[in-house]
Amino acid sequence: MEATSTTQTLSPGAGAFSTAKKRPLLAHPMTEKAFIFFARGIISVALLTLIALIADVAIDGYERLTWNFFTAFPSRKAENAGILAAWTGSLWLLLLTITIALPVGVGAAVYLEEYGSKGPFTKLVELCIANLAGVPSVIYGILGLQVFVRSLGFERSLLSGALTLALLALPIIIMASREALRTVPKGYREGALALGATRWQTTRTQVLPVAIPGIATGCILAFSRAIGETAPLITLGALTYVAQVPNSVFSPFTALPIQAFNWLSRPQPEFHTNAAAAITVLLAFMIMLNLLAIIIRAKYQTRQR
Amino acid sequence: MSNAKILPTESTQSNQEQKETMSDGGRAVSQRPKENKITISNVELFYGAYKALHGISLTIPAREVTAFIGPSGCGKSTLLRSINRMNDLIDGVTLTGSIYIDNEDIYAPHIDLIELRKKVGMVFQKSNPFPKSIFDNVAYGPRIHGLRDKDYIDETVRKSLMRADLWREVKDRLHTSALDLSGGQQQRLCIARALAVNPDVLLMDEPASALDPRSTSKIEDLIGELRNDYTIVIVTHNMQQAARVSDTTAFFYEGRVIEHGVTKELFTKPVEKQTEDYITGRFG
Repeated sequence: MEATSTTQTLSPGAGAFSTAKKRPLLAHPMTEKAFIFFARGIISVALLTLIALIADVAIDGYERLTWNFFTAFPSRKAENAGILAAWTGSLWLLLLTITIALPVGVGAAVYLEEYGSKGPFTKLVELCIANLAGVPSVIYGILGLQVFVRSLGFERSLLSGALTLALLALPIIIMASREALRTVPKGYREGALALGATRWQTTRTQVLPVAIPGIATGCILAFSRAIGETAPLITLGALTYVAQVPNSVFSPFTALPIQAFNWLSRPQPEFHTNAAAAITVLLAFMIMLNLLAIIIRAKYQTRQR
Repeated sequence: MSNAKILPTESTQSNQEQKETMSDGGRAVSQRPKENKITISNVELFYGAYKALHGISLTIPAREVTAFIGPSGCGKSTLLRSINRMNDLIDGVTLTGSIYIDNEDIYAPHIDLIELRKKVGMVFQKSNPFPKSIFDNVAYGPRIHGLRDKDYIDETVRKSLMRADLWREVKDRLHTSALDLSGGQQQRLCIARALAVNPDVLLMDEPASALDPRSTSKIEDLIGELRNDYTIVIVTHNMQQAARVSDTTAFFYEGRVIEHGVTKELFTKPVEKQTEDYITGRFG
């Protein structure tokens, strides 16, 4: 008698925890498996698209990715043309844009989160910022052309370009920074203020250190988007043939996306190869920036504990 | 303990009395002539249009433990947070009436919030150590007030941790993260942090409500040790705790003080029906 009952419980598929029972469709293990399969499929599509894109331009441009390509100015002959002016221009643009947009953007976010009251004015500012983030980049180009190039007389200089890109990046920086500031636990602020710290001391010593990984990640993403922008710089009138490395903020400039755009618009297929190579360089640059964002986040997360 | 707090402006007479009380061995608190530290006078507080405190008047004696009890939402934490003006941080809060500490109206226009909060320390319900080392947590207060002298800060940190009964447990790992401490240790660290700026008053907002019984009793013991040197106001949901640690108790209900008196009397012979109902567990 005892022996029979033991065999019964041990027999597979007959126990109380067996999945062979009837269940509603949504709770069925097969539904779970199907969903996981579906989700993996979608991720694969996204990843494969990215890989295909990178591989395509990298293969097209591979033959031109030589040392000479990085150290030569543009030329009428495709095989002599290089991106020296373009990559130095892009680097200058990036550094200038960071210098302008980072303090303003983070400052605005700190003000809105830590100082500003939650009144109707703040609501209005929030609404404007959210809308600005959705404005097409070419509009920023038109604005930059009128304000920086013409009214302020900065001409078609790096400064005009960087100011325009800074405007473009600002809404994203502000929103990302505010998001990061919001994740700082209320207890840190209260704890510091209750000890007699001023708002600024609280912000500088408690809030910002905790929020920096989030702020940095958001800002890097904003800058990597700005550096890949072509439309506003074209509207601004960035030159396509520049045979000098920029030496001041008032230098005329070109940038990697502009150079690629220019080469693509030429009829000769050799220039298309150059464009592919320039795009590969730009992509590599952006991937590096994004990696930096990940590294900063990881580093600060381990330091938190 | 050798590191008793230096009391700044108290008369020698009251110190004398304190010693006598202590040498009697008992907690003959109600016999001691009371010296009022905090006087709350007709305080009304609004969150926007909602009235949270209805004309509260209360005196809080110096160097005693006063407990605020009452059901959730009765205004006891709100009143506590008015004593160091932490409510100023919340948008739309208005307060009328006055709160005096050492006969100075802390809501007067000339009041410096920083000086006020140095004098009135606070410990929160959820322990909130900063994501820094144990040492830096305690040194934070002195440092933001401009003290740079290393020896002085070392000494303040040591004394404060000893005073909060945490020194023995952390002295060998002062420079490890405060977040690695247990919940009870974190709360004692927060007390040490508050003590490091040398306050007169300690406000405690349910300091033990998130802790296990052992850690809770440590906090209660600590309050018992600190009560001779600091004016302590504690908000608690735990009536046994109020009965154990406090000298006077105020019972709050719906934004009003229903009853206020010596703890022992309030718990054994409550005058008001609502107080009796609450402490006997009939509501709340």
